[in-house]
Amino acid sequence: MNMAIRAFLLLLLFFASSNPAYSLYEDQVGLMDWHQQYIGKVKHAVFHTQKAARKRVIVSTEENVVASLDLRHGEIFWRHVLGPSDVIDQIDVALGKYVITLSSGGSVLRAWNLPDGQMVWESTLIGSTLEAIITNSNKFEGRQGQRDLCLCIDVQQLIYPDGSEIIYAVGLLGFSGFDAFQLNVKNGELLKHNNLLFPAGFSGDLSFVSDDTAVALDSTGKILVVIRFQDGKISYHQTHVSQLIEDISGAAAILPSKIPGMFTLKIDASVIFIEVINESKLKVVHKIGHANAVSDSLSLPEGQQAVALIQHGDGKILLTVKLGNDWTSNLIEETIQMDRQRGLVHKVFINSYVRTDRSNGFRVLIVMEDHSLLLLQQGEIVWSREDGLASVIDVKPSELPVEKDGVSVAKVEHSLFEWLKGHLLKLKGTLMIATPDDVVAIQKIRLQSSEKSKMTRDHNGFRKLLIVLTRAGKVFALHTGDGRIVWSRLLNSLRKSETCENPRGISLHQWQDPHHHALDENPSVLVVGRCGYNSDSAGVLSIVDTYTGEERNHVGPIHSIAHIIPLHFTDSMEQRLHLLVDANRHAHVYPRTAEALGIFQRELGNIYWYAAETDKESEKISATATRSLNEVVHTQAKVTADQEVMYKYISKNLLFLATVAPKAVGPIGSVTPDESSLVVYVIDTVTGRILHRMTHHGSQGPIKAVFSENWIVYHYFNLRAHRYEMSVIEIYDQARADNKDVLKLVFGTHNLTSPITAYSRPEVFTKSQSYFFAHSVKTMAVTSTAKGITSKQVLLGTIGDQVLALDKRFLDPRRTVNPTQAEKEEGIIPLTDSLPIIPQVVVLESMPWEEAMEHPLQCYMAEWTGNPVRSRIPGVVCIELEALRWKVSNEGHMPLNYPAENAGRLRRTLVYWLGLMAVESFLRSGRVVHACAPEDHGLYALYGEDSLPGQCRPAPPTITNCCPLGIVWDNY
Amino acid sequence: MAAHHWLILLSLISLLLPSALGISNGNAEGYSINGKVRFPVQKNLHYDMTLERKRCRCYVVKGFGATGFGLPAKTSNVKVILNGGEKVTFLRPDGYFAFHNVPAGTHLIEVAAIGYFFSPVRVDVSARNPGKVQAALTENRRALSELVLEPLREEQYYEIREPFSIMSIVKSPMGLMIGFMAIVMFLMPKLVDAEELKRAQEEMGNQGVPSLANFLGGAQRTN
Repeated sequence: MNMAIRAFLLLLLFFASSNPAYSLYEDQVGLMDWHQQYIGKVKHAVFHTQKAARKRVIVSTEENVVASLDLRHGEIFWRHVLGPSDVIDQIDVALGKYVITLSSGGSVLRAWNLPDGQMVWESTLIGSTLEAIITNSNKFEGRQGQRDLCLCIDVQQLIYPDGSEIIYAVGLLGFSGFDAFQLNVKNGELLKHNNLLFPAGFSGDLSFVSDDTAVALDSTGKILVVIRFQDGKISYHQTHVSQLIEDISGAAAILPSKIPGMFTLKIDASVIFIEVINESKLKVVHKIGHANAVSDSLSLPEGQQAVALIQHGDGKILLTVKLGNDWTSNLIEETIQMDRQRGLVHKVFINSYVRTDRSNGFRVLIVMEDHSLLLLQQGEIVWSREDGLASVIDVKPSELPVEKDGVSVAKVEHSLFEWLKGHLLKLKGTLMIATPDDVVAIQKIRLQSSEKSKMTRDHNGFRKLLIVLTRAGKVFALHTGDGRIVWSRLLNSLRKSETCENPRGISLHQWQDPHHHALDENPSVLVVGRCGYNSDSAGVLSIVDTYTGEERNHVGPIHSIAHIIPLHFTDSMEQRLHLLVDANRHAHVYPRTAEALGIFQRELGNIYWYAAETDKESEKISATATRSLNEVVHTQAKVTADQEVMYKYISKNLLFLATVAPKAVGPIGSVTPDESSLVVYVIDTVTGRILHRMTHHGSQGPIKAVFSENWIVYHYFNLRAHRYEMSVIEIYDQARADNKDVLKLVFGTHNLTSPITAYSRPEVFTKSQSYFFAHSVKTMAVTSTAKGITSKQVLLGTIGDQVLALDKRFLDPRRTVNPTQAEKEEGIIPLTDSLPIIPQVVVLESMPWEEAMEHPLQCYMAEWTGNPVRSRIPGVVCIELEALRWKVSNEGHMPLNYPAENAGRLRRTLVYWLGLMAVESFLRSGRVVHACAPEDHGLYALYGEDSLPGQCRPAPPTITNCCPLGIVWDNY
Repeated sequence: MAAHHWLILLSLISLLLPSALGISNGNAEGYSINGKVRFPVQKNLHYDMTLERKRCRCYVVKGFGATGFGLPAKTSNVKVILNGGEKVTFLRPDGYFAFHNVPAGTHLIEVAAIGYFFSPVRVDVSARNPGKVQAALTENRRALSELVLEPLREEQYYEIREPFSIMSIVKSPMGLMIGFMAIVMFLMPKLVDAEELKRAQEEMGNQGVPSLANFLGGAQRTN
């Protein structure tokens, strides 16, 4: 009998010890995650529509992407993201099978294989004339032998007449004159140089109408100057704009266009096409009221030129294609319905095809104000791409609507046959005899039957809306279930206007999150933007409903916005108070109501902020990190192997700060180990006390850091070992360390119910440890869950565009080389000098399937707050340069998951555990009294901030993200 | 099969042309670092792959269920990164790459290839001795005689589904329950000594089988 039980127990142990699998199975790809690829705002497009090959368009974008798109569906064939400083200047298709890109200011030339995007060759051009010929770039250097010849003008055009050996380089000499150089194309020798001053001064833009004629505007914008530079002679011919067009008021501007013999002039809202006829005479050819974009001219097979024009109407656009030499008639005139939320047309690219009746048909590719890309053909939108999502500025999760009674999502009734077929397929899948086609079918069935794309809230909080602010000033709401766009809106406040020349979004903030009126009021977000590039330019604000996308309110331009501090108070409408600090260090309270001001004034005594001098001689601030405002800490203490209790020092007022030596600000390789050092501080922002200071000699940035609970993890470069390192700091409260005696607790001689203010200086001790790490890190984040129970994972976005989830247990300063049996039981991993990289915990490896390209993880990683009971990492959203990805990690493996380091111990030290319970209950009972003590502005220990009704919360929250600007928070 | 041939060809080329690697050309603006990334020729393909190959006689597998982590990564998707993103370049079809205008000093090169783990490489570009480049893997501190980068290991991002096995059924809770019951039914009687059992049964026989009828009878008797 005994034996049987023993055998059974052993068997059970054996099965229990086999590790549950946390990562995805291959056939689960696409079930719990989705990904989207984007390219950014297109700036050049070259069509490749040869008969034999697949029709495609090659584009280059403002995000340094070169991509090949399917002209039929708009899908990406291939895509390459060049380095951040490798800006693409020009693209072209050569020999029908290579894509040529010129980048980095005309210094890097690359050829890519057109069908698959493989790089064929790469060449660096240093000071050669070739580069200038290809780029029309602004700096032009000719080289002759050892002597560099610098033509110190702003070269605007190079002209190379066919069959000659002379190349002309022409440009403006500081707006006051026109220069023409003649160079020998073979050896770069300067043959001739002419220049002619223009006393009135040019406005800067030149439009070249032919090989020897250019048109410019004078500095007032009233006089057109025709410049002729034939045979080395420069002559000016001035014409007043008012002579050409009668009823004009404002200043004119020359639009960049490439139509032979012609240039375009923009006055007020209208666009005028002016032809230059011989002897520098000007003639108005055509005038359009509200043209928005003009394409370059396209050569037709018959030797004619075609130009596409786009005009805006009411909710639609008018596309006209005209022949270059005959402006009276239109080749095509089409009206296309256009979504108002796409804004104005910014760019047009035209392409022609031969129709079945041998006439010319035209398709145009248009780039809109919201950076989306559309293909128009035969009066219809063939496809559209939301490439605005390539440049995400900020993301905020938002709750979905509550499921109302009576409104239920209708279930799709399957017929019996389909039901049977589905089950048969699933059975095949389980028995591993499914063919690839079957696997695809199974996948589809699973997706359809899943509830993840419902538009209502779920119990666990996994389904949400992602509110995304893009660089184009458009706000999108994406569903986390499948990544679809629920709504999108081009914000009025972030559109270019006379009062706001260069609007750009800064951040999103939760404005209203109705809990009491969740059924009848919608939540909203605050969109903060600026009218310029500096922090002292005027600010703009918008409030957007997150369910409908409606812009409820917008103000601006207003005062400048340097920092945004969301406060923890809400008014009677449940609108959150925000403190906006301007460049002059004046703080403005929003919403601008008397009620909000009243609330704020009541709490004014508890609100502080700090500024830091960032330009110090000895050290430069390189990175800061603070705890997330809404982070919940579940376990206040840690029970160690030797029956000790370590209390976590958890304070919302802590700031992690990393500085580097001023010399070490540059990239790796620019400094020697002796010159460089890195100092990290943990500072209490209320008292200014430095809790921890540590110097890493011979190390440098870039530093990435995360701060969670009582620990900080940071990543930096060690120059001596020439490897990346990650360090962890944990802070423990020494003052509470004595409170582990149950008798003391029972007899009330403990100090736990005495009030703790943020001004107090408790004894703390820190532990830290460093490890090597094998990757460069672009971004770092930490998972967070609703109740803070699930053990933490550090998420790392690596330079190779993968996201790694690293268990916090690997970053535990108590790791030793040979942990004792008790420590092992506690979950301490033996110390190794470098952190492991386990491919199965790569949360988002970049390649879910064969054709997928890499996804550069550029700017953002947001954590998810959800019910932690069922999953290891509740969800990760990675906002990448060209891709948005969302993933809910494997559900169903995790039982209630206590922090692993405590799990083993807690069983054996039940007394301690009970003691802790007692401590907590004492605190709960004592809290309200202390928190509301009116005469003291001090702040008190509050356990569980989301707790008692009618509580008084003395403190405003936050430390804003990246500036050492702090505000007192209850010392939780 | 094309990929296979291509790789063999590639390695042949690399045998013939080991010369140009790691040589930096000094010029006014900096040095050049030339190198090469070499992927191992794959021998043991994942069984999914072999299935696929039988079906379409090629390695390029489209669609689902064939992510191809056994395949050599497409070189068009491999990036080579200098100093944590300062410069990014791509591989040529033969695996070569180059960084130009690099100043003298110590640099770090990383290779980002899906499905492979590459050690970052420390590269010393000497200012005094133009044309001299020293390279070492930082993970295992192995010096490289020439700048040929090979992955340390392959990475498999997905759990492999275990094929159908009898163990998986036994391991399941239902299986465990059945197993336990089987143990109780067949093993337990064996554990009791046969004679002891006999004696016990005899005792029981003497006393009479305690049955409901007896109980009831007994109860009536007491009444």
